[in-house]
Amino acid sequence: MQNESDQQSLQPQKVDAEQIAMMREEMVRFTTLQLRDAILAEDIVHETINAALSSGKYTGRGSLKSWVFAILRNKIIDVIRDRNRHPTESFIEDHSGYEDPFDERDHWKEAQTPADWGRPDMVMANEQFWVIFEICLNRLPENTARVFMMREHLELDLKEVCKELDISDKNAWVIMHRARMQLRQCLEMNFITGVHL
Amino acid sequence: MLKCKQATELMSQSQDRALTLNERVRLKLHLLICSGCTNCNKQMRFLHEAMEQFRKR
Repeated sequence: MQNESDQQSLQPQKVDAEQIAMMREEMVRFTTLQLRDAILAEDIVHETINAALSSGKYTGRGSLKSWVFAILRNKIIDVIRDRNRHPTESFIEDHSGYEDPFDERDHWKEAQTPADWGRPDMVMANEQFWVIFEICLNRLPENTARVFMMREHLELDLKEVCKELDISDKNAWVIMHRARMQLRQCLEMNFITGVHL
Repeated sequence: MLKCKQATELMSQSQDRALTLNERVRLKLHLLICSGCTNCNKQMRFLHEAMEQFRKR
């Protein structure tokens, strides 16, 4: 038997439209990063807000924000699933923007050997770093970015990513490795050693 | 002995699955003698942390 206060906490709560409107920009940014389509992102956020306002299922357990973002994530996954069923682009791996850092013996090339980036908190405290971070994310090839962002941005388990995209574990590991290697290379070239600054 | 390329593959996979004991030992031994891979390993962890911060911004 539930006691009275427990029952009360499970009652649907009124969703504050103004509070949701304040999250709008963040939702659009979040969605655009994953789908790389700002117009589609606007549509999905619009749909999410409507769904949130009319659902009547918010129980007040957990924050309103995490509840709304859960709806948003599900809508994004629907789009990815649908895109995957009807691919418009070829699945040829795009290697542009990545230089193979290994020599013929699979050791680091001298000029490509990873440097010491220093203290992570110092790097992350630098505003310029975040500008370059976003540029580097957007430079990842489409298919690589899709897997990496599902894993690290939507925070899906890699098993779920494999299921949604119908790829093998091994394939996913290869793609994640490529994504991380390309990101670190882009950051090191453009921020850490500052060649392009 | 692991090559650097294989070592980076294991570093990456360690974020997505549990490595076997054998893999962990081989990676650790490689990291002891390779500063490039040691830096790369730190950077891969940093990337995960940065994505977390990035979401909160």
